[in-house]
Amino acid sequence: MSDGFLLLVVLTLPFAGSLLAVFLPTNARNTAGILAGGISVTCCAILAWLYFAAPAGVPVWLRLDWLPMLGLDFTLRLDGLAWLFAVLIYGIGTLVVLYARYYMSSEDPVPRFFSFLLAFTGSMAGVVLSGNLIQLVFFWELTSLFSFLLIGYWHHNNTARDGARMALTVTATGGLCLFVGALLIGRIVGSYDLDEILNSGDLIRESSLYAPALVLILLGTFTKSAQFPFHFWLPHAMAAPTPVSAYLHSATMVKAGIFLMIRLWPVMAGTDLWFYLIVPTGLLTLLVGAYSAIFQQDLKGLLAYSTISHLGLITLMIGLGSPLALIAAIFHTMNHAIFKASLFMAAGIIDHETGTRDIRKLSGLYRALPYTGTLAMVAAASMAGVPLLNGFLSKEMFFAEAVADHTGSLLDDSLPYWATLAGVFSVTYSLRFILNVFFGPPAKDLPREPHEPAHWMRFPIELLVLICLLIGIVPNLTVGSPLRNAARSVVGPELPPFSLSIWHGFNLPLLMSVIALCGGIILYMLLRRYLASGVEGPPLVRELKGQRIFEKVLATISWQWARALEHALGTRRLQPQMRLVVALAVVAGLSPFYVRGMVGTGDLAGTPLPPGFALLWAIGIACGIGAAYQAKYHRLAALVLLGGAGLVSCITFVWLSAPDLAVTQLLVEIVTTVLLLLGLRWLPQRIEDVYPTRPPPSVLFRRYADLAIAVAVGASLSFLAYAMMTRPLPTSVSRFFVERAYTEGGGTNIVNVILVDFRGFDTMGEIVVLCLVALTVFALLRRFRPAEESIETPAQQRYQDAFDDAEPDRAPGETIRDYLLIPRLIMLWLFPVIGTFAVYLFMRGHDLPGGGFAAGITLSIGFVVQYMASGTRWVEDHLRVLPLRWMGLGLLTSAFTGMGSWWFGYPFLTSHFQYVELPVIGKVPAASALLFDLGVFALVVGATVLILIALAHQSLRSTRSARAMEGE
Amino acid sequence: MEMVLAIGIGIFAGSGVWLLLRPRTYQVIVGLALLSYAVNLFIFSMGRLRVDSPPILKPGSVGDAALIADPIPQALVLTAIVIGFAMTALFLVVLLAARGRTGTDHVDGRES
Repeated sequence: MSDGFLLLVVLTLPFAGSLLAVFLPTNARNTAGILAGGISVTCCAILAWLYFAAPAGVPVWLRLDWLPMLGLDFTLRLDGLAWLFAVLIYGIGTLVVLYARYYMSSEDPVPRFFSFLLAFTGSMAGVVLSGNLIQLVFFWELTSLFSFLLIGYWHHNNTARDGARMALTVTATGGLCLFVGALLIGRIVGSYDLDEILNSGDLIRESSLYAPALVLILLGTFTKSAQFPFHFWLPHAMAAPTPVSAYLHSATMVKAGIFLMIRLWPVMAGTDLWFYLIVPTGLLTLLVGAYSAIFQQDLKGLLAYSTISHLGLITLMIGLGSPLALIAAIFHTMNHAIFKASLFMAAGIIDHETGTRDIRKLSGLYRALPYTGTLAMVAAASMAGVPLLNGFLSKEMFFAEAVADHTGSLLDDSLPYWATLAGVFSVTYSLRFILNVFFGPPAKDLPREPHEPAHWMRFPIELLVLICLLIGIVPNLTVGSPLRNAARSVVGPELPPFSLSIWHGFNLPLLMSVIALCGGIILYMLLRRYLASGVEGPPLVRELKGQRIFEKVLATISWQWARALEHALGTRRLQPQMRLVVALAVVAGLSPFYVRGMVGTGDLAGTPLPPGFALLWAIGIACGIGAAYQAKYHRLAALVLLGGAGLVSCITFVWLSAPDLAVTQLLVEIVTTVLLLLGLRWLPQRIEDVYPTRPPPSVLFRRYADLAIAVAVGASLSFLAYAMMTRPLPTSVSRFFVERAYTEGGGTNIVNVILVDFRGFDTMGEIVVLCLVALTVFALLRRFRPAEESIETPAQQRYQDAFDDAEPDRAPGETIRDYLLIPRLIMLWLFPVIGTFAVYLFMRGHDLPGGGFAAGITLSIGFVVQYMASGTRWVEDHLRVLPLRWMGLGLLTSAFTGMGSWWFGYPFLTSHFQYVELPVIGKVPAASALLFDLGVFALVVGATVLILIALAHQSLRSTRSARAMEGE
Repeated sequence: MEMVLAIGIGIFAGSGVWLLLRPRTYQVIVGLALLSYAVNLFIFSMGRLRVDSPPILKPGSVGDAALIADPIPQALVLTAIVIGFAMTALFLVVLLAARGRTGTDHVDGRES
């Protein structure tokens, strides 16, 4: 197995596991935990193997084609930096899984939790392993999405929903900026490949697009890594289950932004812009975070703000631009992940055991939780930067870098003071975390009596704290070489000299550490009384709540502005919308004339006009205008005139050499007319003269405006049609079809061959549309409730029944039964005739006008005739049509015919043809397209009949409801 | 012939658009039908007008595009007729359902 393939396994295993976990039963807590843990451990093992197996200094990579025509490959790339982050992701991921198994209550749907967690792990690994910038952004967005699901895991909880939404909004907006930034980088470099980008540092820094690209990318990383002023989402994400917080806010999610800044450091850092964008942001975040952390009353809130401040610290060091600072940043990223994960887990245990996270309620827990307390103390000491622990080392490096000179600016010169101040703050909040929770008098009124948790729940913390100590005491032995590897993959093969050891002699950073430690203790003493008073939030900036601003902006944009805009531009009325659409269509249609200049008619000699054609169209025009005029008050007349217009266009097709169109138009015309006739009775009566006097001017104006629009559409379409028809026909793709219809499609009817063979896929789509329409009609009519006034029996039937009642020798209903008896009989006998005709149309379709569609409509007309002759009830009693089966069989036949060509190694819907000699009938064409057409035929029969009988059936419903009303 | 057909197309389209802008659902459905006749004829006419030369070949021969009517607009219009039928059916049922539910046949579902 190649190393590249192993990388693919590392990336895809979590996603596969996530998919599996979804299908586990909701109470399968252990199975899901074992699945997630097993996957994380496997990935860790693979990473460890890769560390020793892969040659040093050369990234392991794997390249698969993704969108080769756009120059995009799916690339995985593992160098020292990616390895370090991947180990953090999977290592801490494993511990979080173990912890979550004990933390999550059995009442929660735990498999879903693990499913989200695994998918998030995979996305995070995707970010660090991507060897392509676009691919990286893709996984970046996935982390936003899955963190949303994780934070909102307890979705019955209002704060969880809000927190999740806020995190998603902020980080996804940043992600969008990052995407644009990535596109800009791709434009500068000419490739999205990470190797190429990392080799084009000068090109990027000197490009005119450098500034916008940098700003956009930083917007992405700042939102993700919770930098001021985008930091406010992070404390609200604390509504997530604690394992999620421990994972998202230590090793992953917020570290994605850090990772990307480090990743692009070689090509983007070193400019003034880089320094002045990042360093002040990092510094402000560091101070604001640390300051706010002191005053939090929620245990997790304190840790959240401390996370923000540590992220600020790391960002600041990245912004400084010196290789040493970068190494310190990588080192601190690692250390922070380790001690922060353990602190979150400890906070989770306290929450789990006592039932509260409120520091004001917690006190003296050391008696009940001695182990957890000791572990938390060591981790907190690391956070505060106490010697012999890993936090101390990276903080020393930070102090050293703060002292070192970078740009000589005022900001740079004042850094040591700010750094010491932040150190003081961090000591203070660490002290507060420990002293308030574990010491002091025993807590009263705790929701639960605290006990030490199960050993395996504490195990992750023990392991992490052990690592803190090991790194803190023997740094060079433990993390020396991975850290150097990671730094080499960013800074280059030649690292500046630096030493990983506890003791560097008496120097300025040590002095700063001592000041920070003492200052922190003094500050805690001073603030003790204030903090005990239990005021929520830090003084001075308490009122400045990022969340409130965020909510306000959101409400303004998505509610107030949207509503104002809708109010100003929108309407719920259809007519203005239609007017706008049509007017816009006219303008769009005429604009080419405006751009290209007015074009006259062509000079092609017209076809001579036979008088019959002129007469035909005189009727057509009369029908069209008549239908428009009558449609309001005389619906039946309008329908007849509409049919007339349809017939005229049908005859036009015959006249102008389009027999197929004529056949189809005629048949569709019949069915449409029947449909509309069936619908007519459900419409309300409309009596002429709504306005007894003249209509008001506004109405008149509207009508004239509509008339003007209608005339404009008609005139421009006329002109366009005439202008086109008097120009010669350019050579088009038609030639292709005409020449190959017989030789390759095996049919002489070119139109039909196009439909079932060359463009069979279009026809496939078309019959699917028909199928969907029929089903929609069926579904809509199942719930049909006729208006009350249309429920009544139609007038004619009432007269006939009244006649039966009045005549002594007639039984009621006899007249209706005898109505149109002879035509009815003829129509009954017509059924087989129409059926045969349909078969005939179908068989000749490939060579002569006809085809599956025409045949299908014909057969359905056969059914409709039965309904018209004998009434709905009679047909439903005597004839079982199963339109849904016809449709299903038709669709399957067509689809399988299409897929049949796969069997022979051809693309979908490739057709084959030959002529077959049948007894009696003779030589018939037997193309596979014929089978496809058979599917079309069956589907059209099914769909049309379904629509028609669903409508016809409504007349039974009305009598039934009328009877029900009489019964009441 | 071209002139007559062009005028016919214009009249159908104009009548259709006029009805499309009316307030009653039945007017709109008739308008849509008229408009689809117009558009079908318009697309069809893009293949130019030809009399007595349908796009049907003699068996066993290779077609000559110069001698017969253009089959592509015809194939397009054939599809359009089918889709137009489906649209009319769907719209009819929607308007009936809306009429039953709202008690009016105004396009907005309420008398304005």
